[in-house]
Amino acid sequence: MIDVHPLVIFVAAIFTSNMIFSNFLGMCSFIAVSKEVETAIGLGIAVTFVLTFTTVLNYLIYWNILQPFGLEYMMFIIFILTIAAFVQLVEMLLERYVENLYYALGIFLPLITVNCAILGVSLFMVYRSYNFLQTVGYSIGSGIGWMLAITAMAGVRSRLNLKAMPEGLVGAPITLIITGIMALAFIGFSGMVQIQ
Amino acid sequence: MAKKPDVRGVMEKGLFSDNPILFQVIGICSALAVTNLMLNSLIMGIALAFVTAMSSLTVSALRNHTPNHIRMMVQVLIISAYVILVDIFLRAFMPEMSKALGPYVGLIITNCIIMGRAEAFAQTNAPFISMIDGLASGFGYTIVLLAIAFVREILGFGTIFGMMILPNATRWTLMVMPPSAFFLLGVLMWMANNQRIKRERKGMEPK
Repeated sequence: MIDVHPLVIFVAAIFTSNMIFSNFLGMCSFIAVSKEVETAIGLGIAVTFVLTFTTVLNYLIYWNILQPFGLEYMMFIIFILTIAAFVQLVEMLLERYVENLYYALGIFLPLITVNCAILGVSLFMVYRSYNFLQTVGYSIGSGIGWMLAITAMAGVRSRLNLKAMPEGLVGAPITLIITGIMALAFIGFSGMVQIQ
Repeated sequence: MAKKPDVRGVMEKGLFSDNPILFQVIGICSALAVTNLMLNSLIMGIALAFVTAMSSLTVSALRNHTPNHIRMMVQVLIISAYVILVDIFLRAFMPEMSKALGPYVGLIITNCIIMGRAEAFAQTNAPFISMIDGLASGFGYTIVLLAIAFVREILGFGTIFGMMILPNATRWTLMVMPPSAFFLLGVLMWMANNQRIKRERKGMEPK
């Protein structure tokens, strides 16, 4: 994973190795929040924002602090602390300075700390040893890919609410099956670029 | 006053009637990712059961000494500590397994089952019963994982736990790929929901 162009990684993170469709990350909020398109977009933007900044922060911490001192095994604790602290900080700053945005995104921020996509991207970044620009491309791409998936799902589900369905299928089961169909469609992209 | 939870009731709830994946729909991120081989699923399940049980025990033991407003942070730290233990253990004794599971071991931290049990049960109950509760939820998760992995492995590779069972059958490539995990979990949840609805209807009918 040394000389792949950051832009290639960016595109690949959106389409061929989409967070949800091929890595199964962030499924909890994907199922819980994908009922309305507007909410889905709101959460998508919040995730993309937090994901990009925390991954870059974690990159700097990992290669400049943990690696030189041989503390790699501490990375889980450090990463989750960075994410929690960053989310808290953003929440406070938004509340203080940009009130409109706080009311739009505020309810989503606490949800994000436990979104596995955020921690997942940080961990993948370490396991695949990306360099700095690749990390930036990968994290922005992953965020956009996640947003794309949840928005598409919300669109499908808002239509689906009007249709009659077997009682046992309502809610999570049908969401999973539709996700499966979407994932099948996304396999069509897989010959395009390869990063894994 | 609510009835004090007993060991059998807690076990039954975590494993079947309140199964974390099938009914509470939490912790499915990693459930889907590692289920292409049964061995991976088993190890992942055991790791999760260990972390859930031990962190429930610790959270419960410390519950009277933790200030309320920082309890989330404390819980996350306790969970991370146990996940690090699991990660180091896997690296030392099963390096191949550690490589196969990759980042999904670290993602146990954000698995909502653990946080959920710590919040919902360990925070208000005694240490021993909390540990049993964590263990039960962990094994409930393991059962579902193994069920999905069984179908995926036997159809995708023709093997069970790496043993060849169907040497001449055509390999169903889709079963190895991500979409099949979504389909299988969806269908499994559908079946479980139907069972629950049937049980509830039976309970409502007058005798």
